[in-house]
Amino acid sequence: MKHLRSIDELGHSGLLEILQLTDHMTEINQRPVPKVPALRGRTVASLFFEDSTRTRLSFETAAKRLSADTLTFNVSTSSVNKGESLRDTVATITDMGVDAFVVRHKSVGIPWQIEQWTKASIINAGDGAHQHPTQAIVDCYTIREATHTARFDGMQITIVGDIKHSRVARSNIQAFSMLGAKVTLVAPPTLLPPDVSHWPVDVNHHLDEVIPTSDVLYMLRLQSERMSQGHVPTLREYSEQYGLTQKRVARLRDSAIVMHPGPMNRGVEMQIDPSDVKNSLIHRQVANGVSVRMAVLFDLLGSGANLGGQA
Amino acid sequence: MSTYASLNSPHEVMSATDVRRAIVRIAHEIIERNHGIEGLAIVGLQRGGTWIAEAITKQINEIESSVTVPVGALDVSLHRDDIGIRPVSLGAITDIPFDLTGATVVLVDDVLFTGRTVRAAMEGLNNFGRPRAVQLAVLIDRGHRELPIRPDFVGKNLPTQKDDDVSATSDGVRITAMNASGK
Amino acid sequence: MSKTVVIKGGKIINHDGELRADVRIENEIVVEVGANLKGDVELDASGCIVTSGFVDLHAHLREPGKEEAETIETGSRAGALGGYTALVAMPNTDPPQDSVAVIDFVREQGKRAGLVDVIPSGCITLGRQGETLAPMAELAQAGVNFFTDDGFGVQDASLMRRALEYARGLGVTLAQHCEVAELTKGAVMSECQCCTDLGLPGWPAIAEELMVFRDIELVRITGATMHFLHLSTARSVDLVRAAKRDGLPITAEVTPHHLSLTQELLASYDSVYKVNPPLRSNDDIRALKIGLLDGTIDAIATDHAPHPRRDKEMSLDMAPPGMLGLETALGVVLAFGDLEIKDVVALLSWNPARIAKIDNAHGRPIAVSEPANICIFDPELSWSVDLQRLASKSINSPYVGRTLRGKVRHTIFRGTPTVIDGQAQK
Repeated sequence: MKHLRSIDELGHSGLLEILQLTDHMTEINQRPVPKVPALRGRTVASLFFEDSTRTRLSFETAAKRLSADTLTFNVSTSSVNKGESLRDTVATITDMGVDAFVVRHKSVGIPWQIEQWTKASIINAGDGAHQHPTQAIVDCYTIREATHTARFDGMQITIVGDIKHSRVARSNIQAFSMLGAKVTLVAPPTLLPPDVSHWPVDVNHHLDEVIPTSDVLYMLRLQSERMSQGHVPTLREYSEQYGLTQKRVARLRDSAIVMHPGPMNRGVEMQIDPSDVKNSLIHRQVANGVSVRMAVLFDLLGSGANLGGQA
Repeated sequence: MSTYASLNSPHEVMSATDVRRAIVRIAHEIIERNHGIEGLAIVGLQRGGTWIAEAITKQINEIESSVTVPVGALDVSLHRDDIGIRPVSLGAITDIPFDLTGATVVLVDDVLFTGRTVRAAMEGLNNFGRPRAVQLAVLIDRGHRELPIRPDFVGKNLPTQKDDDVSATSDGVRITAMNASGK
Repeated sequence: MSKTVVIKGGKIINHDGELRADVRIENEIVVEVGANLKGDVELDASGCIVTSGFVDLHAHLREPGKEEAETIETGSRAGALGGYTALVAMPNTDPPQDSVAVIDFVREQGKRAGLVDVIPSGCITLGRQGETLAPMAELAQAGVNFFTDDGFGVQDASLMRRALEYARGLGVTLAQHCEVAELTKGAVMSECQCCTDLGLPGWPAIAEELMVFRDIELVRITGATMHFLHLSTARSVDLVRAAKRDGLPITAEVTPHHLSLTQELLASYDSVYKVNPPLRSNDDIRALKIGLLDGTIDAIATDHAPHPRRDKEMSLDMAPPGMLGLETALGVVLAFGDLEIKDVVALLSWNPARIAKIDNAHGRPIAVSEPANICIFDPELSWSVDLQRLASKSINSPYVGRTLRGKVRHTIFRGTPTVIDGQAQK
């Protein structure tokens, strides 16, 4: 596997491979000295055209724990606009000797476009509203860890919020379904894409109807701009109808898990403090981020690259 | 004089009984060399060495029943300096549930070959603490060392050709010649 | 002392019939049609169709303002290689074609290049801003009879009504790029399952259809002549069909790419497929082809839209929309259009010449004393696009790697060959 750009490109067996590799990485992260020489001599460059301290740090930590060298290019949004800079930036960094790019960009398709300008492996850390595959792998791993199951058959996962503009949702829908879960989307019609009939999901516009039957409640962030664009009348109305409130938490199954990819919009999709939610795994999502990203980097750049052909 | 079977059919060099006896002998040798079992810890290398480590530890604990010697497993695939010979075996995770600092660690593997796996293992141990000493027990030493590594305890010395395949299980040890001898 | 040109061994296709004959041309007109003719320049037309040169109702020649993408000269050359002898130049230049000065400049540049008749169109609104009318009467006096704000549609219904009323008084044709801008904000491709998967805003079909409907009704009450640019949806075709049945003075065009490429191509993330209106579905393509067959759609126009390579290398959302079309139009239409050759000629030459009101010189029959604007093409030749050999300054053609059928061998403009054996003569 050369790149990690979308869950559907990764495929079912690729997803399983990374999830299993992550167990190795989790163990390493628990050692007194959490560092292995596996990617010594390799260089990983972060190209973040969108602000994201958390994801970028997660990748950089992962690289360092595998003894890789890291380069960071924090391109400010103002210089982002011309394709010329992107091409030049990628080509120049490649010339410096880079083995992998971790790219986040507000435009869909960038991880595929830059392939023509570099021989390095490409990891998509988020392209527009399209895909965020490492987040989906983190989420699958977190659920596996909590439920101790490798597959999600029979599991009911409910994703709530701005599906239309969410790359996390698109990646997760693919990943959760690949592992056998039943996925339900909950959102007002304005926050769903016009036609999801070809997606392996159910749709419900009423959160309260699906709360009692959800095994996993996955909350998405609602950006405040959505109100000015006419997707929701007011943030308050959205929060009342689709937010995680005290009342809704009380109606969850005992075994139900609550998740959120972060960062959270307190008072909007989360009316309640997640540390007060008994089954919140939000902190595990963060903790698992480094292990998953280590597995991804190792799979693309390390001996793991040979995994496919070996017994 | 050739001890090799015809091309590609396995030739047994140790029977199940031979293996069992070797493990018992190694267990005794470990206790003898270390003047007892104090501070001893056994670590098997994934995947081939873990069953042997378990067997040796069980044997030691039977011989000296006063204190239990701990046993762990170490996955070295992420510490390797070469690609391919021992890729990551998914699921074969490191598990060392005890403190190694100050311990005498006996690394256990099935077949000692180039020595690179053992080098990687020693580096891996560093992540867990600073042992007082590290010793090496192997069921088979098949030669062709590429690094200055030597075993402390050996089940059997077995001359081989570089591309022969050697497999070791509790049912016995088998060699499969991949090339006509002499090539 | 002009040379005589003879076209030898081709099959002439005219409105009223076909015949195998040689054609002799002298001093910009056809002087003889017969057998075994001789001349100073003899063009081998064996295996070829001989017909009137093509007329493109919709070409972006980019000059003035964006000469790095194309100039009137390079665009004319691309046109000639595609069999065109006249191009209607779209007015979204910089400065836009809303003043006589710019109109004259464009016309002059066309004459200087001397490869095709460059017919400048005028803007409907000043600066294409959609706020006030452009000086249409003045432009009409300068010879403009085709007006459009192409690139945008005129959003304000009452302004469009005024424009149509004014146009009726002048006897000129207005052409509309139908797109309700509020429905297509940020849109990159057709609203479809593919765009749902990509997480991109889509261009719903109704954004085009609503304006088609609106303008049909405005034509109904004003009586002005309207031409619909690049229709792309099945419903647009239905609306125009009904309007024609009601006898309204409406014509319509479709592009070769809307007959041959579908929205799923955007899943390649390649912005060469990004165009306005966007590529649509197979159902839309079927409906457009039916519209061509039953006369609902009158012409095929390229919407030739060159963009510098750097611009098209941008991401899908940032890249400008548009594709090249002049050099590939014939090849695409014959390969994918499911049309008879005679229909193809009507759609590429006779009908657009009439709509552009240049049918005194273009779209004429090949007959004695007719102006010699002629296209000679091999309808069977398979070929594919070689980006290095395009005459256009830009390379944003979506047909790289696809096999096209039908290629222009010679083009004659005002009696002089502009293309011989597929090579431009100047």
